[in-house]
Amino acid sequence: MADATRPLLSVRDLKMHFPITAGLLRRRVGAVKAVDGVSFDILPGETLGLVGESGCGKSTTGRAVLRLHDITSGSIRLDGTEIGRMSQSALRPLRPRMQMVFQDPQASLDPRMTVEAIIREPLDEHTRLSARHKRDKVLELMDAVGLNRRFAGRFPHAFSGGQRQRIGIARALALNPRLVVCDEPIAALDVSIQAQVVNLLEDLQERFGLTYLFISHDLSMVRHIATKVAVMYLGRIVELQAREGLYRDPLHPYTRALLSAVNEPDPVAARSRRRIVLRGDVPSPANPPKGCNFCTRCPDVMPVCREVDPATLEVGPGRWVACHLHDPAVMRGQTTRPFGTMGHRGPGPNPAPLDTPARSAT
Amino acid sequence: MPDGAPPILEVRDLRTVFRLRSGDVHAVNGVSFDLREGELLGVVGESGSGKSVTMMSLLGLLPSPPAEVLGGPVTFEGKDLLRAGPEAMRAVRGGRIGFVFQDPMTSLNPVFTVGFQIMEPLRKHLGLGKRQARARAAELLALVGIPDAGRRLDDYPHQFSGGMRQRVMIAIALACDPKVLIADEPTTALDVTIQAQIIELMQELRQKMGMAVIWITHDLGVIAGIADRVIVMYGGQIVEHAPVDALFANPRHPYTQALLTTVPKVQGERVRRLAVIDGQPPILGQFPDECTFRDRCPYAFDVCHRLNPQRYPVGEGHDAACFLNDPGLAPQRPVLEVVDG
Repeated sequence: MADATRPLLSVRDLKMHFPITAGLLRRRVGAVKAVDGVSFDILPGETLGLVGESGCGKSTTGRAVLRLHDITSGSIRLDGTEIGRMSQSALRPLRPRMQMVFQDPQASLDPRMTVEAIIREPLDEHTRLSARHKRDKVLELMDAVGLNRRFAGRFPHAFSGGQRQRIGIARALALNPRLVVCDEPIAALDVSIQAQVVNLLEDLQERFGLTYLFISHDLSMVRHIATKVAVMYLGRIVELQAREGLYRDPLHPYTRALLSAVNEPDPVAARSRRRIVLRGDVPSPANPPKGCNFCTRCPDVMPVCREVDPATLEVGPGRWVACHLHDPAVMRGQTTRPFGTMGHRGPGPNPAPLDTPARSAT
Repeated sequence: MPDGAPPILEVRDLRTVFRLRSGDVHAVNGVSFDLREGELLGVVGESGSGKSVTMMSLLGLLPSPPAEVLGGPVTFEGKDLLRAGPEAMRAVRGGRIGFVFQDPMTSLNPVFTVGFQIMEPLRKHLGLGKRQARARAAELLALVGIPDAGRRLDDYPHQFSGGMRQRVMIAIALACDPKVLIADEPTTALDVTIQAQIIELMQELRQKMGMAVIWITHDLGVIAGIADRVIVMYGGQIVEHAPVDALFANPRHPYTQALLTTVPKVQGERVRRLAVIDGQPPILGQFPDECTFRDRCPYAFDVCHRLNPQRYPVGEGHDAACFLNDPGLAPQRPVLEVVDG
């Protein structure tokens, strides 16, 4: 393996804006800022969990990192190579290094191809192996992901959801990638099957030295699989920490609310727990609020939050957060709330529901 | 909690078979339960366990053919719902029994305003006039926490977000002040923070209106927070039934036990490796004569392959359909003893 301290993937100020067009001439009238300035590193062998609610831009980030989108701006370095501005044809030889596992195993497998053809396709595209070598490799991959070799000639519809996800994983591993982006790989699966797939992903990571970007909305599963966790809200990373720190001592009010909203299977704890229920909906990424993106729903909102966009600061070793509550410079200037009360306050009262409309700005 | 309350919905030996060209599928295999007044009954199971089909069967929501609903009776307010005519069922559905479906995106009609869809049951079931119905619809929207309710009645479903649409669905289900509300995975399609809002809303409404709720979900975490009693379903049968505390503290069916260990937690010790239940849930081509969980059960012994276990009482209001709870049959009770502890 390469130098373990040099990041395998390094993303800086990544932006992915989708244009909104209107009228007969499809004139550009605005942009959906799906990803709006995201930065993170992933070291070799690590798993970065990217969590957030639907529409926060986590899937777009994953796809942009693999250059499945042409990004608006920013830098993406894979193993030292800048791929952010590369043309798609120049990227092609690099594709084997980075692969993706998709959310919906139903939609991401061609129903007219056999399992063997599906797993072989990347080998056909990127290698010059003989037919026999390819077949051996396919069968090896099927063993690795726990699929019976005898089923190589079957079609995807003959498999259950969990098995289809295994086919998708085998396909992603066919070219010995370094980086695998897993976009909600277990969201479509039943509880008892989720654990099977997560255990498989962990085994494969150990065996092949894989690095994962694991995109999920399931905080308890991310706690299990990820070594570092980034929390996204409305196109930004609001908090990035090692797993232990994030779950023990979440810094950003949004992370705290997310964690308190997780339903633990324990009725006694559920009764004594104080849930932070956020009011309102996520604003539209086409029309984000002024100041901090979270200011419309934040239980700890201050006047400064509605004016100034908070910078992402490193408040401890490896603990990054974008919130004015953790910015000493802002907090000293703030007269309404002294610095001493910020720290680890319990859930505060929520503001009244704002009348920001939940509709998109059309 | 409403412990001694009389049952308002009694289901006995409900069976549903889908007669398909590829063969029969036995989706519900002899389900019996009671719903008491004012309680929240949680129904847990994986997809294909028959939890949704059970509820749709007793409301006559399944198209026949292919579905065939057998067994019964299903007693609600003195009537057997399975033998009531279509006219009588129409009066029950949406009137005395409300229903909230899983997907708020597809269960509202996109070409009618939200106001029209809330007013429809009010005018049909309660015979309200247009103006009265509109006033009541605005009240209902406000009740489920939609700001500026009066004005939003004229909006179409696409102008609402997912969480807001689920609130509208709840408003429609509550329109006629039902005795029973059946909520089929009402929060599954929603984000966690929105899910928290809907759960809070449902609890508040239950206190205000005193209705009984059947809450179907695959999420044990949700159940732990809201249910009074829980039914665990597997292979179209009830495998365990218990008060919520007893179920989580002392599960007596191997499936429930396994289900509780496969879910990772956000607090406490992080396990190095997740426990799994090997194999797949069954698809039943015939009525099960043996235990449906036997192929995935670590404790299966000879009887499990020959007979389908009855529901053995194991405690106060607690029963489990597993031979390990039969002292005469179980060879030894290695693991369950520990759990008894």
